[in-house]
Amino acid sequence: MKRAGVVALNTFREAVRDRVLYNLVFFALLMMAAAIAVGQISIGIEQTVIVSLGLSAISVIGLLISVFIGVALVSKEMDKRTLYALLAKPVRRWEFLLGKFAGLVLTLAVNTAAMALGLVLVMIYVKHSLEGSDAAVLVAVYFIWLKLALIVALALLFSCFTTPLLAILFTVGLYIVGLYVQELRNLPVEVMSPAMAAFTRWLSYLLPNFENFNVMALAAHGRAVPGALILQNTLYTVTYCAIVLTAAAAVFSRKNLK
Amino acid sequence: MPGLAIEIENLTKEYPFGFLHLKKKTSLEGLNMQVETGEVFGFIGPNGAGKSTTIKLLMRLIFPTAGSARILGKPISDVEMHRDIGYLPEQPYFYDYLTAAEVLDYFARFHDLTAADRKERVERMLKKVGLETARKIQLRKYSKGMLQRVGLAQAILHDPKVVILDEPMSGLDPVGRREVRDIILELKKDGKTVMFSTHILSDAEMLCDRVGVIVGGKLRGVGAPGTLVDMKTQGMEILFELTAESNVPLLAKATRTGDRYRLQVAEEELYAAIEQLRATGARILSVSQVKATLEEFFMNLVAADRAQASAVEVSGK
Repeated sequence: MKRAGVVALNTFREAVRDRVLYNLVFFALLMMAAAIAVGQISIGIEQTVIVSLGLSAISVIGLLISVFIGVALVSKEMDKRTLYALLAKPVRRWEFLLGKFAGLVLTLAVNTAAMALGLVLVMIYVKHSLEGSDAAVLVAVYFIWLKLALIVALALLFSCFTTPLLAILFTVGLYIVGLYVQELRNLPVEVMSPAMAAFTRWLSYLLPNFENFNVMALAAHGRAVPGALILQNTLYTVTYCAIVLTAAAAVFSRKNLK
Repeated sequence: MPGLAIEIENLTKEYPFGFLHLKKKTSLEGLNMQVETGEVFGFIGPNGAGKSTTIKLLMRLIFPTAGSARILGKPISDVEMHRDIGYLPEQPYFYDYLTAAEVLDYFARFHDLTAADRKERVERMLKKVGLETARKIQLRKYSKGMLQRVGLAQAILHDPKVVILDEPMSGLDPVGRREVRDIILELKKDGKTVMFSTHILSDAEMLCDRVGVIVGGKLRGVGAPGTLVDMKTQGMEILFELTAESNVPLLAKATRTGDRYRLQVAEEELYAAIEQLRATGARILSVSQVKATLEEFFMNLVAADRAQASAVEVSGK
């Protein structure tokens, strides 16, 4: 575990030195522009507009980082052969994978937290105060981070057995499908054959459910997010990531490097 | 009798290729080889012979189709064994956003060294490979030769018992090559086992207690460089200069380089040849024995392998 930690800290350092956190400048400019615009055009819906825009930006920026850097985590190391010297050290391949995953999730945590702070500052600027119900915004940000961790795990898994381009396509594809898992569960199974119904149900539980992470509407309207959902999403992310990372480690531990 | 540092048994690596991976290319075929503790072992062969494949198999970067290997008595699947092994990959490349000191410190962290010990070792290694002044420069600005030095430093940083170097002289200028040779000799003096691959035969002849010659994925010979080749004198070489124009018949057999001529004659014809040359006013500069070299042994094997490969190709047609 200590070795995974060493890899994780180096992955974080790589992200910082490769200027991944520069996206924060873009986010800051976007939020400043939004704050000025909202002050001039909206009447009474400042919070809704600012929170919706801020959370969407946090989510999209995080998605881009988690997909593109997530896929590159291992594939870049294999491609550039930086992995060779490392794997000759007393490091297990799963420790390397876990470290890369943890490093990017840590990067996303810092990035998301910084953007959340920016969003809160803009909310204070627009509303001149903060209320207890605004905590829902922080919960929404936490859910975005959980979602990003899940995406990183999927990107890592796909990058272990296919090309970076296909891994990006698979990850993005699975994310989009995961947004509609609830629709799959709501299908009228009673009109299906038992086999089809069982398959649909099975598939709906196998696919990652990203819909549960979206509480933007609640946060934008200052409504509280149920505590049970926070617990459920946390456990779901931890379990799903553990399964996906185990699969990735199984593939990667037998992979012949170039 | 020294123990065995590396034991390789029937190691085979096949790569599937073609439609549905139905065809197979054999990169390494039933390799059996041992490296003794404390020796410098050279693994020589042309490009694509299977040298790097063998080393990557030992490092578990790739997995064998058949066979097994042990290092210091432990199976290569034992990750903890890597505490006692240093490895320099071929054409090494490291995290280019790190400095040399940072990359060495990063690798040292996997060996459970204390912070003070890490710092001391990193400084010592940087000095040893001549990168003290470049220690704070990011590796993205390093030349190929400098990266090779970083690679060597990370391979010996943790004081390993066995050092495996894949083409350690590659990309180095003469000064760098000399320094690497010195480091290898120093490792041997410290009782370490060194196995390195190379296609530079003079390096192998100069440094190795034993060499293994691999061609076409098969081991073709193992032994001390002197015992692999027939050390009998194959003739005599006379190096001379002409002081005046001459048309002595022997000159037709000589090879001219600048003002100097080299003439190879049979041992029993040496004195007669010298007499003839002196009669023409030639100045004899040196007379030396001509012996078969490792290079000739190596080239003969490569030529035989290529001939066999073309024969198989022709019969296949």
